[in-house]
Amino acid sequence: MGDIYDGLRSAFWLIATLDSDLVNITLRSLQVSLSALVIACAIAVPLGTWLAIRRFRHRRTVIALLNALMGLPPVVVGLIVYILLSRSGPFGVLGLLFTPTAMIIAQVIIITPLIASITHQAMRDLWAEYHDLLISLNTTRGQRIKALVWDGRRTLLTAALAGFGRAIGEVGAIMIVGGNIDQVTRVLTTAIALETGKGDFGLALGLGFVLIALAVVINLAIHMLSRTEREGRW
Amino acid sequence: MIKVLAALFVFVLGTAAQAEVLRLAVTTSFNNSGLSDVLLPAIKEDTGLDVQLLIVGTGQALRLGEAGDVDAILVHSKSSEEAFVADGHGTHRREIMYNDFVLIGPSDDPAGLRDLDTAAAAFGALASQKPRFVSRGDDSGTHKKERALWADAGVDADAFGDWYRAVGAGMGASLNTATAMGAYILSDRASWLNFGNKDGMAILFAGDPILFNQYSFLPVNPARHSHVRNDLAQTLEAWLTGPRAQALIDGYTIDGETLFTFNANTN
Repeated sequence: MGDIYDGLRSAFWLIATLDSDLVNITLRSLQVSLSALVIACAIAVPLGTWLAIRRFRHRRTVIALLNALMGLPPVVVGLIVYILLSRSGPFGVLGLLFTPTAMIIAQVIIITPLIASITHQAMRDLWAEYHDLLISLNTTRGQRIKALVWDGRRTLLTAALAGFGRAIGEVGAIMIVGGNIDQVTRVLTTAIALETGKGDFGLALGLGFVLIALAVVINLAIHMLSRTEREGRW
Repeated sequence: MIKVLAALFVFVLGTAAQAEVLRLAVTTSFNNSGLSDVLLPAIKEDTGLDVQLLIVGTGQALRLGEAGDVDAILVHSKSSEEAFVADGHGTHRREIMYNDFVLIGPSDDPAGLRDLDTAAAAFGALASQKPRFVSRGDDSGTHKKERALWADAGVDADAFGDWYRAVGAGMGASLNTATAMGAYILSDRASWLNFGNKDGMAILFAGDPILFNQYSFLPVNPARHSHVRNDLAQTLEAWLTGPRAQALIDGYTIDGETLFTFNANTN
């Protein structure tokens, strides 16, 4: 219990004094996970919607596969990305290993199936409702996707937040491909792992509380900005 | 959207591409001891080099060097280092400094290591009394040393029962595990002194010359990997074997105890 108290106290001091390392690490966490989120959404939202409205032969297999990939183990993704980006691997010439870009690539792979899968579930229900209307209006496929995405934006927000939550809290993959280099690829989760390794539980917990607070603040901010859960809106 | 992505990409690459960056794979003990926090700012000040540390076990550090993912490595496992150079992965091996390994265990010392004179006797006592023992189990320099010490004591570590726990983790994480289980563990002195969670644990055996722990610097061979910055590795080697490094390494203490001793051949 003493450790938890120490953790709260060090979290308070880290934030109160705006510790420069903390600010640096926190901004990098945000930079990596938000970049990954934007890229993953750009892929997953159209993909999930397309899967909901399009009928083709192996659709069920693709959807089952997508759902299974939601549980993709980050450490395996990390290892595969590591091998691909290593200087002795196929993309070694790019020199991307141990950079924030490598961490973003790994996180995109981890969260894209999650966002695509939730998007697909939501869009399927919405499509059942809109099907006759959109068909009778003689819309093109592009217009249908746009209409569904716009009207389903609340659910898509949930999908994006789920993806962000998984990305910002993830440590297995980014530890491997980022290498936890001070000032370059150290983020909140890898810093926590490092401080735990040093036996400095107070600081590790402090960083942990900062991470949790950050996730809460981001979620609240997005809800405020998008005005969900307000009277007269849905 | 494409513009946003392009801007993000440039932003990300921009933070990664700085001038004169050297990637150095080091053992967990070098970082956990806190010595790197003293040396890196001084290196930056004197040479302008931005040394990026990858903190891994010796086994993984050697793999990073073989793949050309780092410019140089600083590790502590002589036989693996010599094999690394012999296979042409590194240009040469330069000894920098040493510390020593110590046996840590619960302060009441159930296996009675405090009264023993040699490391072989201490490891023999552990093998016969079977108190809990935590092994790094990660092919690091410390793990290799531990395996060698069991062999010296004439026991086969592969045949140990469940009192012998291989955790497959770094030095700090293994020390945490040992503390929680009240188990014995082999650690380098520097990591132990800088460790923050020593509850009920103490150094029970140290001082046998066989526990000597040499750290060496190995630049990765630029003939194998043309992108490797061998020029920067040479700058760093010159600094690490110079007078400022000597003063900082010898002068680094925790609670009044010296952790490392500089022993580079400066000729």
